[in-house]
Amino acid sequence: MLQIESRQFSKEHGLFACIQCGKCTGGCPMALKTKLNPRMLIYRMLVAGDGFNLEGREELWDCTTCSTCYSRCPKQVNPMEAVIALRSAIVEKGRVHPNVKTALESTFRHGNPLTMPREDRGKWVEDLEVKRMADGAEYLYFVGCSPSYDPRVQHVARAIVRLFQQGGVDFGILAEEESCCGSEVRRLGEAGLFEMIAEENQELFKGVGAGKLFTTSPHCFNTFKNDYPGNGIQVQHYTQVLAGLVEQRALEFSKKVEKTVTYHDPCYLGKHNNIFDEPRDVLRGIPGVKLVEMDRSRQKSLCCEGGGGRMWLEGTNPGTRLAQWRVQEALDTGADILATACPFCLVTLDEAVKHLNAQDRLRVMDVAEIAVQAL
Amino acid sequence: MTTNSGDNGDRPAALVIGGGIAGIQAALDIADAGFKVYLVERSPSVGGRMSQLDKTFPTLDCSACILTPKMVDVGRHANIELLTYSEVTEVSGQAGGFHAVIKQKPRYVDITKCRGCGLCAEACRLSGRVISEFNAGISRRAAIYVPFPQAVPLVYTVDPEACVYLTRGVCGKTFKCKDACDAGAIDLTQTEQYLGIDVNAIVVATGFDVFDPKGKPEFGYGVYPEVITTLEFERMASASGPTAGKISINGHAPRKVVFIQCVGSRDRSLGLPNCSRVCCMAVAKQAHLAHDRLPGAEITVFYMDVRAFGKGFEEFYDRVREEGVLYRRGNPSEINRCGEYVVVRAEDTLLGEPVEVEADLVVLAVGMLPRYDAESVANLLHLELSTDGYFRETHPKLQTVESGIPGVFLAGCCQGPKDIPDTVAHAKAAASAALISLARTGVCHATN
Repeated sequence: MLQIESRQFSKEHGLFACIQCGKCTGGCPMALKTKLNPRMLIYRMLVAGDGFNLEGREELWDCTTCSTCYSRCPKQVNPMEAVIALRSAIVEKGRVHPNVKTALESTFRHGNPLTMPREDRGKWVEDLEVKRMADGAEYLYFVGCSPSYDPRVQHVARAIVRLFQQGGVDFGILAEEESCCGSEVRRLGEAGLFEMIAEENQELFKGVGAGKLFTTSPHCFNTFKNDYPGNGIQVQHYTQVLAGLVEQRALEFSKKVEKTVTYHDPCYLGKHNNIFDEPRDVLRGIPGVKLVEMDRSRQKSLCCEGGGGRMWLEGTNPGTRLAQWRVQEALDTGADILATACPFCLVTLDEAVKHLNAQDRLRVMDVAEIAVQAL
Repeated sequence: MTTNSGDNGDRPAALVIGGGIAGIQAALDIADAGFKVYLVERSPSVGGRMSQLDKTFPTLDCSACILTPKMVDVGRHANIELLTYSEVTEVSGQAGGFHAVIKQKPRYVDITKCRGCGLCAEACRLSGRVISEFNAGISRRAAIYVPFPQAVPLVYTVDPEACVYLTRGVCGKTFKCKDACDAGAIDLTQTEQYLGIDVNAIVVATGFDVFDPKGKPEFGYGVYPEVITTLEFERMASASGPTAGKISINGHAPRKVVFIQCVGSRDRSLGLPNCSRVCCMAVAKQAHLAHDRLPGAEITVFYMDVRAFGKGFEEFYDRVREEGVLYRRGNPSEINRCGEYVVVRAEDTLLGEPVEVEADLVVLAVGMLPRYDAESVANLLHLELSTDGYFRETHPKLQTVESGIPGVFLAGCCQGPKDIPDTVAHAKAAASAALISLARTGVCHATN
């Protein structure tokens, strides 16, 4: 039995405020195709008396943590955080899905969920001249796990390095010293491991004297900004810094990129942190780019399904991934490029384009990759 | 600055701020009791929100038919001095002896000469190009206008934000409005006038604002022409409105209509936690109107709870459902485009399933909020605001018209959302409280 004390849980998570309006489920991108129903989950907990059984609740692993539920709730209840806490209760009892187990163990041992050796973390940057943070720099560039190891996402990190060096930004990286931010660890329910990771990273940042930090991934950005205890470090996503460089003309684009581009808002940048304009400002600043919008954009952006540990999980999910719907929406705009600013979105959307055999019509690119073409 | 002084004719006098149904009712009651009333309204006409409504629930009385006679009464009552297009700028003194300064904004039209014929508006070069606030933006007017045909006073006003001459300093070789006016009423040299008045009591009836659904971008208001507010629907459904009662979107009569309740009400995330009290019944009424005007259309109302608490309300809700209006429990989460339709996404919480409902008209039941400038009015009169932003009453049950400042009384929605019957009752209570103060002042006069 996987029983939790549901009355205490409901109080701690403010679930008694719920008025069962169903906005969470009505907006949930996974509710349409899986068993996940955040509104009903809350109701079942409330009426369970004091014992709620988590046994067999596979749908808890369907949540992508996109935060649509929370952003729509008129009573400021956060179903997403409740799901994460329920995952924690399951993980605490040692009931971890094998795929998740591998990712968590790898994060614990190697500082990344990808089972890659720690010492290879700085390999992508060997042929580039990039300062180490320990030598002193204004900004810490926190690269992140997939940009460090995944060849597709390494392109993004290299583009950011080129853009920022050209723009005269004084930044340093941690290379082999860098370790996972813990965002997905926390969202998979491993609260204990997350706390440990956060403590270690805090010490590391302090040790290298980081006062300002920017990230490749909105997931790392969000977790440093919102999940870590206050540390006085100014945390930004790279698109925010880049938009500043473009606006202040510290970075001049000399080439044209004659493409129609549509931009997919990553959940952790948009819905979680209300950053909608900066990536668009960068794209608009690139000569030749024609920016078009999908119907579902900004607050209505459809999750790609890459968050909340969904890179390693299936849950009760049938075949069609949200990313495939999303790519279809991008194709409907007639855009040549589907731009985004998140490594997970980049990978999932890329896969969806291949799945739909649309490689000849649509390219998935990070904002930085498009911007670097204009230098 | 010219400051004239009001003449009370040796009687105690009251100042009523706001010329909606609350201010009109309070002014009429005080004036009928024999006291002098200054009724100050900042827009060009009295009438307020009620004048924008087509029918009123649950009896389906025509709103204009029951309101217009009262508007006419305040316009010609011997004891009421109607000061439209005017604002209170200063208040000093205390109960029994307030001094107030009223700013009379220039209409650029001499109201003693204007006969309300409208030739100026026809001639105006911006005719049909300025958004009509009265019609909630669904029609256009000229830069010289009356907000609606039943306006009191029925005189024209030049909109200083739109008028080509007033914004740019020139308007062709001659003034088209001036040339058209055979009464010689147009005077573009008018300036602000100030009027100082002495009053013994004040009734605040400044009303409410309506939630702008752009604050909930997931509904696509302002993006999809199919998505409108209840106020826009009201103007469209009004027989005397810009479409003569014809409900039309993108040039055709809607076949699938969805109403969404609680948009900008009961919503902590927007800082608008209160229930607006009128939307449940306003939607029931509009669903009835849609059923009536759009034969055969599918009409769906998405709701969280139906609050039908007033006299005849539950019976009206029964009637509307029995006409075939479908009530589905669940508050929609978003609206997306799907070909020529929009799709309303919700959970039908009674089915426990997410649903997607196609629509060619979606009406958002926008909530009431405190006036955007409630705080500055509060400062002017030393009033307090409740946590919800409306003016605070002395006691929430026993003294809802007393403001905490002796001699200053609250009437209608400035104290909190109310429907029309409750507003009128509240206004009559405020008038009664003001009358006690005025009568006492009179007694003092007599015994001195």
